[in-house]
Amino acid sequence: MNLRTQRKIINAIALVLSMSAMAFGLFWLVWILWMVIDLGVGALSFTLFTENTPPPGSAGGLKNAIVGSGIMVGLAMLLATPVAILAGIYLAEYGKRTVLGQVTRFVNDILLSAPSIVIGLFVYAIYVANVGKFSGMSGIVALALLVLPVVVRTTEDMLALVPNALREAAFALGAPKWKVILLITLRSAKTGVITGILLALARISGETAPLLFTALSNQFWSLDLSEPMANLPVTIYKFAMSPFADWQQLAWAGVFIITMGVLLLNILARVVFRQTKAQH
Amino acid sequence: MKEETTKGKLGDLLFFNLTRAFAALTLALLVGIVISLIWSALPSITTFGFGFLTSSEWNPPAERFGALVPMYGTIVTSLIALVIALPISFGIALFLTELSPTWLRRPLGIAIELLAGIPSIVYGIWGLLVFAPIFGQYVQPWIAKTLGQLPLIGPFFNGPALGIGILAAGIILAIMIIPFITSVMRDVFELTPPMLKESCYGLGGTTWEVVWKVVLPYTRVGVIGGVMLGLGRALGETMAVTFVIGNASLLSNFSLFMPGNSITSALANEFSEATPGLYTAALVELGLILFVITFIVLSLSKLLLLSLEKNSGGGH
Repeated sequence: MNLRTQRKIINAIALVLSMSAMAFGLFWLVWILWMVIDLGVGALSFTLFTENTPPPGSAGGLKNAIVGSGIMVGLAMLLATPVAILAGIYLAEYGKRTVLGQVTRFVNDILLSAPSIVIGLFVYAIYVANVGKFSGMSGIVALALLVLPVVVRTTEDMLALVPNALREAAFALGAPKWKVILLITLRSAKTGVITGILLALARISGETAPLLFTALSNQFWSLDLSEPMANLPVTIYKFAMSPFADWQQLAWAGVFIITMGVLLLNILARVVFRQTKAQH
Repeated sequence: MKEETTKGKLGDLLFFNLTRAFAALTLALLVGIVISLIWSALPSITTFGFGFLTSSEWNPPAERFGALVPMYGTIVTSLIALVIALPISFGIALFLTELSPTWLRRPLGIAIELLAGIPSIVYGIWGLLVFAPIFGQYVQPWIAKTLGQLPLIGPFFNGPALGIGILAAGIILAIMIIPFITSVMRDVFELTPPMLKESCYGLGGTTWEVVWKVVLPYTRVGVIGGVMLGLGRALGETMAVTFVIGNASLLSNFSLFMPGNSITSALANEFSEATPGLYTAALVELGLILFVITFIVLSLSKLLLLSLEKNSGGGH
C-alpha cells in the first residue's frame, strides 16, 4: 500500500469517526427529549395546576411548587439584574484596564462556572444558619447569586460590541458620560442584554442544588418568604427518588414543564440575539 | 448652561461610583464565599486537620469524618467523563468547522448547545429511571465480558451490573460536558487563520492532516482551556450525579461498577439532615475542598484561553 492510499484511508476513517461523534451527541439529545416528552405528556393533566403536592399514595398536582418556583425565580431576577447590569457597565465603560476591572472580570468568569451547590452552602452559612431556619428568601438570594455572573458577562460583552463612533457622537453633543451610557450605549446594546437575562432565567429555572439547603421545599401552599417554600426542582428530586408511582408520575410531569420552559427560553434568547446581529 | 455642566459632572461621579460599587460587590462575593466556608468548616478543620483528606471513614454517629471516599468519587467520575467527552467533542467540533455543509452548521451547533441547556435534574431523573436500567441490563454485562477480561484494567470493569454506580455517573457527566468542550473547541478552531489551513491544503494535505497538523497545534492552548472548563463543570455537577452514583460512602474495591459517593452527592443527600456541629462542619469542609479544586481548574482554563486570545490578537 503506497503512502497516498494510506493517507486517504486515514482521512476517511477520521471523517467517519467525526460524523459518528456528531451522531452520538445528537443521539443523547433526541433520546432524553423523547423520554421527557413521552413520559411527561402522559403525566400531564389539568389538576397539576389546581392541586397542591399530595402525600404519598394519593393523587394531586404541583400548584404550590409551580407558584413557589415562579415567585423565587422572579424575585431573584429582580434582585440580581440591576446589580449585574451596573457591574457590567463598569467593566465595559470604566474599568476596562483598571486593576479592579480586570480582577472582577476574572473572578466573574470563575463564578460563572462555579458549582452551584457551593453557592447554596454559602447562603446557608451566612443566612440560614444565622436565622435558624430554611426560607424562601434564602432561596431567592441563592438564585440571585447565580444570575449575577451570567448577566454581568453578557452585559459587558454586548456593550463592548457598540461602536465607539456612537459614543463619540454623543460626547460631541456635550452629553455627560452617564447619559451617554444609559441613553446611547446601553440602549443600542438592549437586545443583547435581554439575551443575557433570558439565558440567566433559563439557568436558574432548573437549578436544584442551591435550593436544597436554602428554600428546601414545602408540601403545602405557602407564600410566606420566611418559611420553607415549595419549588419545582426540589419537588421533582424528592418525588423521582421515591418508590411511589404517583409521585414519580408527578415528577415526570414537572420535568416536562421545566425542560420545555428552559428550552423555549434558550431558543428565544437565540432568536433575540440574532436580531441584534442583523441590526449591526 | 453652567448649572447643566455641574449637574452632569455630579451625575457622572455618582454613576461611576455606583457601577464601581457593584463591580466590587461581585469581587467581594468570591472572597465572601471562601471566608464563610472556611469559617463554617472551622470545627472540622481543627478537629481532623490534614487527616480529613486521607481518611476514608465517614461515620456520622461516631462523629468521625474523612473526605477520601467522596473525593475519590468526584475525581474518578470527572475523569471518566473527560475520557469519553474529549474525543467526542473533538469529533463534533471537527464536523462543525470542516465537514458540515454551511446551512447545517447553525442548527447542529444549536442542537449541541441545547444539551447544555437541559437542567441537570432532568439528566438525573432520566439517568436513574431510563438510562440506568438499560445500562445495567445490556451494556454492563457486555463491558464485563470485553474490557473486564483485559489484564491491568480488567478489575475496574467487573462486579454486579447494578446500572447505577460510578461508571454510569461518569457517562452521564460526559454527555453533560460535551457541549461545553465542543463550543470552546469550535470557537478556537475558527480562530485559525484561513491562510494557514489553505497553505496545508495547497500542499496536498487531507482534511484530517489540516486539522491534526495545523489547526490543533495552532489552537492547542485553547483546546486545553476548553477541556479544563469541562472538567470544572464535571467536578461541580450535583443533581445528575446524586441520582445515579448510588450514594454509598464505602470504598471496598476499585470496580467502577460499584456505587460510590461524590462530594456533591454527599452534600445533596446529607446536608439538610445533618446535625449541627461537627457533622455540618465536615460537610461544609467537603464543599470548601470542591470549591478550591474547581477554582484552580477554572482559573487554569481561563488563563490558557486568555493567552490564546492574546497570541492571535490583532487579527480581529
